[in-house]
Amino acid sequence: MAFDAQAERNFKVVGTRVTRPDGIDKVTGKAAYGADVSAPGMLHGRILRSPHAHARIVSIDTSAAKALTGVKAVVTGTDLAQPEDEAFADVAINCLARDKVLYDGHAVAAVAATSKAIAKQAIRLIKVNYEKLPHVTDVDEAMKPDAPVVQEGRALETVPAGMSQNVTTHCQFGHGDLEAGFAKADKIIERSFKTAATHQGYIEPQACMASLGSDGRGEVWCCTQGQYMVRANCAAALGVEESQLRITASEIGGGFGGKTSTFIEPVALALSRKAGKPVKIVMTRDEVLKATGPTISTSMDIKIGMTKDGRITAARGELRYSGGAYPNATVDMGAQAAFAAYDLEAVETVGWNAMTNRPKEIPYRAPGAPTAIYAVESVVDELCQELGLDPLDVRLMNAARKGTRSSYGPTFNEIGLVATLEAAKAHPHYTAPLGPNQGRGLSCGFWFNFGGNTCVSLNINDDGTIGVVEGNPDIGGSRASISMMAAEELGVPYDKVRTVIADTSSLGFNDITDGSRVTFAVGLATIEAARAAIKEMCRRVAKIWDIDEEAVIWEDGCAKPAGPNAGTHPPMTLAEIAAIAGKTGGPIAGHHEVNADGAGVSFGVHLCDTEVDRETGAVKILRYTVFQDAGKAVHPDYVEGQMQGGAVQGIGWALNEEYIYGEDGRLQNAGFLDYRVPVASDLPPIETVILEIPNPGHPYGVRGVGETPIVPPLAAVSNAVSRAAGVRMTELPMSPPRLLKAMTG
Amino acid sequence: MRYVKPQSFEAAATLLHEEAGIARILAGGTDVLVQLKAEMVEPDLMVDLKHLPGMREIVAEDGGFRVGAAVSGAEMGEHAALKAMWPGVVEGVELIGSSQVQSRATMAGNLCTGSPAGDSVPAMVTAGAVARVQGPDGVRDVPVVDIPTGPGKNSLAKGEFITSILLPARPDTASDAYLRFIPRTEMDIAVSSAAVSLELDSDGVVTAAHVAVGAVAPTVLLVQDAGVALVGSKLDDAAIAGLVAAVEAACNPITDKRGTIEFRTKTAGVLAKRAAHIAYARAGGQA
Ligand SMILES: Cc1cc2nc3c(=O)[nH]c(=O)nc-3n(C[C@H](O)[C@H](O)[C@H](O)COP(=O)(O)OP(=O)(O)OC[C@H]3O[C@@H](n4cnc5c(N)ncnc54)[C@H](O)[C@@H]3O)c2cc1C
Repeated sequence: MAFDAQAERNFKVVGTRVTRPDGIDKVTGKAAYGADVSAPGMLHGRILRSPHAHARIVSIDTSAAKALTGVKAVVTGTDLAQPEDEAFADVAINCLARDKVLYDGHAVAAVAATSKAIAKQAIRLIKVNYEKLPHVTDVDEAMKPDAPVVQEGRALETVPAGMSQNVTTHCQFGHGDLEAGFAKADKIIERSFKTAATHQGYIEPQACMASLGSDGRGEVWCCTQGQYMVRANCAAALGVEESQLRITASEIGGGFGGKTSTFIEPVALALSRKAGKPVKIVMTRDEVLKATGPTISTSMDIKIGMTKDGRITAARGELRYSGGAYPNATVDMGAQAAFAAYDLEAVETVGWNAMTNRPKEIPYRAPGAPTAIYAVESVVDELCQELGLDPLDVRLMNAARKGTRSSYGPTFNEIGLVATLEAAKAHPHYTAPLGPNQGRGLSCGFWFNFGGNTCVSLNINDDGTIGVVEGNPDIGGSRASISMMAAEELGVPYDKVRTVIADTSSLGFNDITDGSRVTFAVGLATIEAARAAIKEMCRRVAKIWDIDEEAVIWEDGCAKPAGPNAGTHPPMTLAEIAAIAGKTGGPIAGHHEVNADGAGVSFGVHLCDTEVDRETGAVKILRYTVFQDAGKAVHPDYVEGQMQGGAVQGIGWALNEEYIYGEDGRLQNAGFLDYRVPVASDLPPIETVILEIPNPGHPYGVRGVGETPIVPPLAAVSNAVSRAAGVRMTELPMSPPRLLKAMTG
Repeated sequence: MRYVKPQSFEAAATLLHEEAGIARILAGGTDVLVQLKAEMVEPDLMVDLKHLPGMREIVAEDGGFRVGAAVSGAEMGEHAALKAMWPGVVEGVELIGSSQVQSRATMAGNLCTGSPAGDSVPAMVTAGAVARVQGPDGVRDVPVVDIPTGPGKNSLAKGEFITSILLPARPDTASDAYLRFIPRTEMDIAVSSAAVSLELDSDGVVTAAHVAVGAVAPTVLLVQDAGVALVGSKLDDAAIAGLVAAVEAACNPITDKRGTIEFRTKTAGVLAKRAAHIAYARAGGQA
């Protein structure tokens, strides 16, 4: 659906900062999250997890647990179906292991009992006989031919023979003559980088309540980024039909991509099926960190050649990602995104995924891109330093723009990179003076964005208010934005519209809330649904006025006569039309179903000033500014929130967040004490500059904004620290011991 | 688990002494309740002492202050005279956790929990603080430095508990300071820490100095040599170098997820140096 020709549209609602609809419920504690629902007779579920990084399950004895008074059901891997589809099978096996446990924290068995205390006691009575196997948690180790094999026979055909069986994915992108390109360079820098796995760190742990009857009909209430995804995963894992499962998404306390899979819902359903009662499972923070999705851990080599005046002549990247114990294609996105900000004659990226004894990777904002772009932007920064060039000018000189053949294939349409770089250059931050031990870092970021399958139903209520029904859990304020777009299109005030999120039985299929797609795709479908309703309202009014449908137009929330033969009828408001809908043909609604494309890629530029403490390795973030193209910022507060939140998560990734494994392959920091997300006092106010270069693929020009902001911070912070410390950092996180060591040699 | 609120110190001591299973004292609960929730410990008996006489009071005594064992960090922070006399001790206590934790957490709990990284302990040690201990056989006074014996352990006998901690008197030309290193700016556990307490003469020359470091050995360490290095100086470079060398020599840390041996040793010296300068300035010294 194309950008509306009326380019200079005067928005009335879109672009304002209206009150968020979920605010009061959230601050008063009324909002119902995953753990907040209960049902009569409900049981409490609890999961037993592997203490080993890698082991064969020889036997599981659940008899003592079953015999305990109050225990109503015990399940193990054999209580779930074995879906044929590999992706569904991986989810099922990840929910409850079958033959092997693949990582510390892998679920092995579960119980449902009449109280939490009994469930806890019962878990301790389950005896699992393990045969420990050698393990591997480092991606480079896992790629060695003699590495312990995590899973056999999982490599795709694209993987060359003779490699470790852990290597599952191989991909390659690029164009041009690399050798000729490097020959033209005045300076070539080649460096290797490593980044630790990080977790999305949402505040709300996964929680669900599920019920499955002997008739095969089930209900699930859970916190998720996609109720339809939960339905598909549960149907496959339980061997039931999708129509028989109704999934309701609760209010959600953060996701960031981490709630795009299922961990507990199939287990709760399996327990409920056995017990004949609803079962609630609430994960602990320890379980969340051990067994839900961290991002990939990586090892990367980047080589870039540059002329002495700053033109990049050739670039090559080799990315080795591990997405944990299962095959994983996140490296594909990393390899595509790595050089996307540059207009290059010769470029190649090669990607590999290797399995390790770590939890299954689950997307985290712009999956695959932050790490790859960190490595690339670090080398570009070092080239600028070595050649004495201004890092912004160099980015501008090499920036991708409309017509650039991207490093991953497609040719770019309207993109906002150059404008974003220019905004950064003009901003006072870029020229503000720096003191001793301080450094300024810069990085570009890129994300593809996604559209996807979307259904929206829009009801004109008889009192003239509007109900929008959509199918995507609201993790970033989308209900407000969608109501705003409906209000804009219909010409009614924002507070006349209420947007709700449907359960899976109340609306057609919707893709997950991911890929920064919701404000774009659901917004687009909402506008179309509103237009359908408008068309119907105009038809009704034409009937009343007894004129042609074409002679009725919609303006400022009213049907008006237009054209030579329309006559002089006074305008009819939406409320007037709604009030008599029963007499003009029945209720009025509009709906729209689409697989939206044209999401429009998004670029951002981040500036970061840091100060390093030379004696302790501590890093202070002094100033941070985010520049990003939002296409059209529907609700600027939310857009700024996305920009700030992404920056903060990226700062955490750069400085302190990491999955730390011991020699035994067990996770050593499964808690927020030693898995260190930034706290408020670690951060300066994050300044934001929104640019609006309309996306040609959306009627209002909207682009997704949720993921791009986590892409640049890794390099922006690392470049700032490297400049402040006078030593190039090549490993994340730059925790104080690591930085102090780098500075003192 | 039984929860008991005994009516006297003696009754509490008897109760604790006679318990055959695992007993815990409930002060602020910010360690013990977390351990319970994390299933690290399941006590058979929890004894709440907060309501007993003097437990929630700060009283002047012999020119110093006696702090009840259930006084919270926030209450200490609001006590202007205590803060003026022992700013290092109070800043150590106030570093514990967040506002929420502050309104509950106690110095005695921090001491008895036996963490080598406990934030209130180094400055209590350099202050020469003395704990009053009630036991089944009566009351005794124990220097704070002698209470922790290793991670999670203390020297109190079965049935014994702390009822108050005395921060002794000190001259006006004296002060103290505490610093810790954490990777973040709050809500974290010390990777290394240092407290310094100094007394100066009227010329600003150090006449007495005590230095303690935390998180660099199984218990908080009082580093005698480091104090000796400062005495007779105005914290000139040579004295500071002596302090740093003595601290580094005393460190006996481990490498773990929070820091390496090398990092802990190096930063302990840096923090001791910085804390010494702060304490010196607070005591009125001019370098
Ligand atoms: C979010 C959070 C952040 C924290 N941050 C820090 C920090 O920054 N620095 C830090 O050092 N600690 C920190 N802690 C740990 C804890 O808050 C402190 O150790 C606190 O001082 C403990 O005091 P309490 O009164 O809560 O002890 P409690 O939990 O009540 O007791 C702790 C232990 O001491 C024993 N005990 C308590 N009182 C007595 C007594 N009078 N006599 C004998 N034994 C006794 C108990 O039996 C128990 O074993 C943090 C804890 C949390 C939850």
